[in-house]
Amino acid sequence: MDTLWIGVIGTSLIAYALKLSGHSVPEKFLSHPLIKRINLLIPIALLSALVAVQSVTTKNSIVIDHRLVGLGAAILALIFKAPFPIVVLSAAITSAAFYNFF
Amino acid sequence: MSRVSSPTFRDSLSVSFTVGAYGVAFGAAAVANGFSVLQSCLLSLLTFSGASQFAVIGVIGAGGGAISGITTASLLGIRNGLYGVLMAPILKVRGLKRLVAAHITIDESTGVSLSQEPRGINAMREGFWLTGFGVFIFWNLFTLAGALGAEAMGDPSAWGLDAAVPAAFLGLVWPRLKNATDKTLALVAATFAIVTTPFLPAGLPIIGTAVLAIIAGLRSAK
Repeated sequence: MDTLWIGVIGTSLIAYALKLSGHSVPEKFLSHPLIKRINLLIPIALLSALVAVQSVTTKNSIVIDHRLVGLGAAILALIFKAPFPIVVLSAAITSAAFYNFF
Repeated sequence: MSRVSSPTFRDSLSVSFTVGAYGVAFGAAAVANGFSVLQSCLLSLLTFSGASQFAVIGVIGAGGGAISGITTASLLGIRNGLYGVLMAPILKVRGLKRLVAAHITIDESTGVSLSQEPRGINAMREGFWLTGFGVFIFWNLFTLAGALGAEAMGDPSAWGLDAAVPAAFLGLVWPRLKNATDKTLALVAATFAIVTTPFLPAGLPIIGTAVLAIIAGLRSAK
């Protein structure tokens, strides 16, 4: 079994186990303020890291290319409070234009 | 099921369709990162948690191993467990219903349900089930559309798909940046991930930032 299949199946199994565990544990167990606080911060750290890695790295090196231009467009769209699909589309269109014409 | 009150139905449906439509971005991104159409659709059907799905394709697509991908996705899935803790006393379901409820316990179903509080407990339950099933249906249909579309496109860069993926992550994290701690953490995590990429095995620069989140949580708790 290759990496992709292990990723698909492993992620799915653990995702469901996490969801089900929430429906099974007593409320006070996970309602500690610090746990809640860290639970809000972990997605921020991981998603920000993913933004960075996906936009300026390729394999094990730092690569500045058309993707960063696309990300700039996404940031602009977010500053102007554009909805999610517009954010993604503006990044794709800008990046594609840069990739194809420069 | 009891009669559905119309404002709850409207809230649920609008959230379901809007969020479900992001499935196009996921399907396209998954294929652009080397996953097959079948694998992309299975992730949406079985994992059914947007951020986790984007994470596993993002990490593995960037060259990280299966363990790195699964770990990152699972760290993002912890919050669904916490939603379950909130939803269980509201839903009060047992057996098969509980197993189904767990699968559709995500950001949107929990969010809509909690937002129905002024309309009473029945509206909260209806909001949960309607939004959960609604997002599930639209998310999976749109994932298939995105995956098939991306497969037909060929070179992902020529269509901007390689930039759409980080933009999607940015769109997911942006609304979460509410105070100075959040924003600082986002910048530090992004910087950490970039700077360590040349030295650490793929995947670790991303998972490693979970430690930064814990440090930020401990510091801000003081």
